[in-house]
Amino acid sequence: MDAENEQQAAPAEGGGQAQRAGLSRRAVIGWAGAGVALGAAAVGTVAAATMSDGDGAAAPQTSPEVPFYGEHQSGISTPVQDRLHFAAFDVITDDRDALVKMLKEWTKAAASITGGREVGGGAVGVVPESPPDDTGEALGLPASRLTLTIGFGRTLFEKDGQDRFGLRAKLPEALVELPKFKGDRLEAARSGGDLCVQACADDPQVAVHAIRNLARIGMGVVNVRWSQLGFGKTSSTTPDSQTPRNLMGFKDGTHNIAGTDADSLAQHVWVAPGDGADWMTGGSYLVARRIRMTIETWDRSSLKEQEDTFGRTKIEGAPYGKQKERDAPDLSAMPADSHVRLAHPDSNGGLMILRRGYSFTDGTDGLGRLDAGLFFLAYQRDTRKAFVPLQTKLAANDRLNEYITHVGSAHFACPPGVRKPGEWWGQTLFG
Amino acid sequence: MPARRTSAAAFLVLAVAGAALVGCSKKDDGKASADGAAGPVQVTATDSACGLSKTSFPAGHVELAVANKGSKVTEVYVYSDGDKIVTERENIGPGTKVTINAEIKAGTYEVACKPGMTGDGIRQKITVTAGASASAKADDRLTQAVADYRKYAQEQADATVPVVEQFAAAVTAGDVEKAKSLFAASRVGWERTEPVAESFGDIDPKTDTREDALEEGQAWTGWHRIEKSLWVDGRIGDEEKTLAAQLVADLKDWQKRVPEAEITPTGMANGAKELLDEVSKNKITGEEDRYSHTDLSDFAANVEGARQAYELLKPVASENEPELSRTLDAEFEKITELLGKYRGADGTYTSYDKVTEDERKAFSDAVNSLGEPLSKLAAAVVAK
Repeated sequence: MDAENEQQAAPAEGGGQAQRAGLSRRAVIGWAGAGVALGAAAVGTVAAATMSDGDGAAAPQTSPEVPFYGEHQSGISTPVQDRLHFAAFDVITDDRDALVKMLKEWTKAAASITGGREVGGGAVGVVPESPPDDTGEALGLPASRLTLTIGFGRTLFEKDGQDRFGLRAKLPEALVELPKFKGDRLEAARSGGDLCVQACADDPQVAVHAIRNLARIGMGVVNVRWSQLGFGKTSSTTPDSQTPRNLMGFKDGTHNIAGTDADSLAQHVWVAPGDGADWMTGGSYLVARRIRMTIETWDRSSLKEQEDTFGRTKIEGAPYGKQKERDAPDLSAMPADSHVRLAHPDSNGGLMILRRGYSFTDGTDGLGRLDAGLFFLAYQRDTRKAFVPLQTKLAANDRLNEYITHVGSAHFACPPGVRKPGEWWGQTLFG
Repeated sequence: MPARRTSAAAFLVLAVAGAALVGCSKKDDGKASADGAAGPVQVTATDSACGLSKTSFPAGHVELAVANKGSKVTEVYVYSDGDKIVTERENIGPGTKVTINAEIKAGTYEVACKPGMTGDGIRQKITVTAGASASAKADDRLTQAVADYRKYAQEQADATVPVVEQFAAAVTAGDVEKAKSLFAASRVGWERTEPVAESFGDIDPKTDTREDALEEGQAWTGWHRIEKSLWVDGRIGDEEKTLAAQLVADLKDWQKRVPEAEITPTGMANGAKELLDEVSKNKITGEEDRYSHTDLSDFAANVEGARQAYELLKPVASENEPELSRTLDAEFEKITELLGKYRGADGTYTSYDKVTEDERKAFSDAVNSLGEPLSKLAAAVVAK
């Protein structure tokens, strides 16, 4: 199954179908090759991971392993993986030590899983009488570019007027309670949370395995408040690759912050010294919104209405009046209430957020329709200056509101990265 | 000792480390050679045969390496006299291999392979010899724990039968209200020691089956059948009276058989965990006592029984795993306290249909917080 044999086989098949098959087969071979390389370099990779500065952005798309340690948490500027499992947790203990102990155990487990290794004593277990430490469903799977990103919600610092863990004084001003935006129909069971973990990977099983094992480690300390699976990344942080489409069939996130654009990241994404709470320096604020799309009515709307809604053409994604997706848009050529015009940095004083959303469909809404939409994830340096003004404007004016409803919402402070083994998630906050 | 998932080299490392681990524990026992010679018992299951690599081996830890080489899904059981289940594994697919670990005491047993998962199976007699490993390294404290737990199980059965008789008498007298008032109480001793009752295999299906768990053609008998008549129909007919008498007879059978139950330290620990699993799966959801809503009474009894098993194992567990033991102490305390809030002065519990979703979530958290560390108790009492 080496590349040479593959190339010999391909022309013999001929025709369009063979060409498509050839493409996907090459993709498979690419993965296999990476896997072999990983196996051969097993020891070296671990060592390298501990030395990395954590700038996952430079990693090629096929890299099976994203470094866990670094100045910033991975999973933010990292090239967006194909799949998501996001979980928000409630802390159910009032014992600060127990929480810290869990965060340390989580960190250790996260470093293992993101490196394609098993949790604790592994899936085989230490003694047959005991359940194995690792739940086992990721055995044989590569690291799949898994990243795990942790965040802390407002309620961790203060809940019902209580300073739960002696953290109240460390509540960052930027971690505001999000205002109620026009049209919000938020469900409590899909909103909020004391902690969150974003697991992104190219293989959904690897992402689910990660969240499941963290939830298990956290028993007695946290429970799962809500969780969301996502597929089909809707935003890319790698401008060279094709911009993915959302469930409305439109390219989404054409003008996103690139993971390699250090200047924009520094300006719009990473919290800088002096921004506020010191413990957040190098971190970022995450807004998660579960946005339900009424895809049934969307699908019944004319192509012109659909394109007017976005202000871009559907197939190419070109801004109105232009030919190509990446042509500089002439905002005045777009309808005044079009999504792109309203959301564009040029309409917002240069304001940018880093988007990393995923599509979802979760069964039905009980009315014979798919419960589908966009799980919107955005990272920013200060939510008060980014998501809040942007969403205030969109909620009031965006023509897209005809087809979408925000049904879940959460806001988290994602601390800086774990720089080396021995450090732990939240150390700058609790330490 | 995490192993890299994708690296063959790492699997090798794991295997070596695993061997080293086993080697260590054996060296500590000073019986490396004896145990080394033992190795797993190979069970080769086909559609028509149940082959064993040996039919005689020493008591203690026994590993059955099962390979299903037949075309049907199979099950493997180890039965002691009277078809009491010592250990079992279901759903072994064609072409798959599983390993069953059990602690087996000296005696004669039968291994059964059940291709198609039906019938009595293809049986092989085995002899487990008293010898070297288990008996020699048995910790006196664990031997005592097993004896004390058996005593506890017997006490529970002895206390249960008279209450069940009162319950049955009320049913026979056609007194619906009185029967209802005795229903929950009649189940307490059973629920506290359910793993023991379940180990007999044949009693539990007759006494404690829920309607949805019936197999095709299985007659519905026992507590929950009568529960439905009392709460849903609100009437007692001749059939219910017969069922009540049958329930008494079946539970007397249980009471009589407790002395023969297979009880081991790891069995006790895993039994405690299973009681919590029961709670998690059936009580939290309100499925167990769906007509009477007396789920919290069963829930409390499950926790009490699990705690009893833990307390008896604690002298050894707290020595081997002090932190685990502290966690279990704290979590048992928490869940007991939580349940206490729902217990009235007369000892009865709040009807589960009055327990809100939020309160059920709090119960679920408490069960998970206890169940997860409890799953590690068995390893903490394995003789080192």
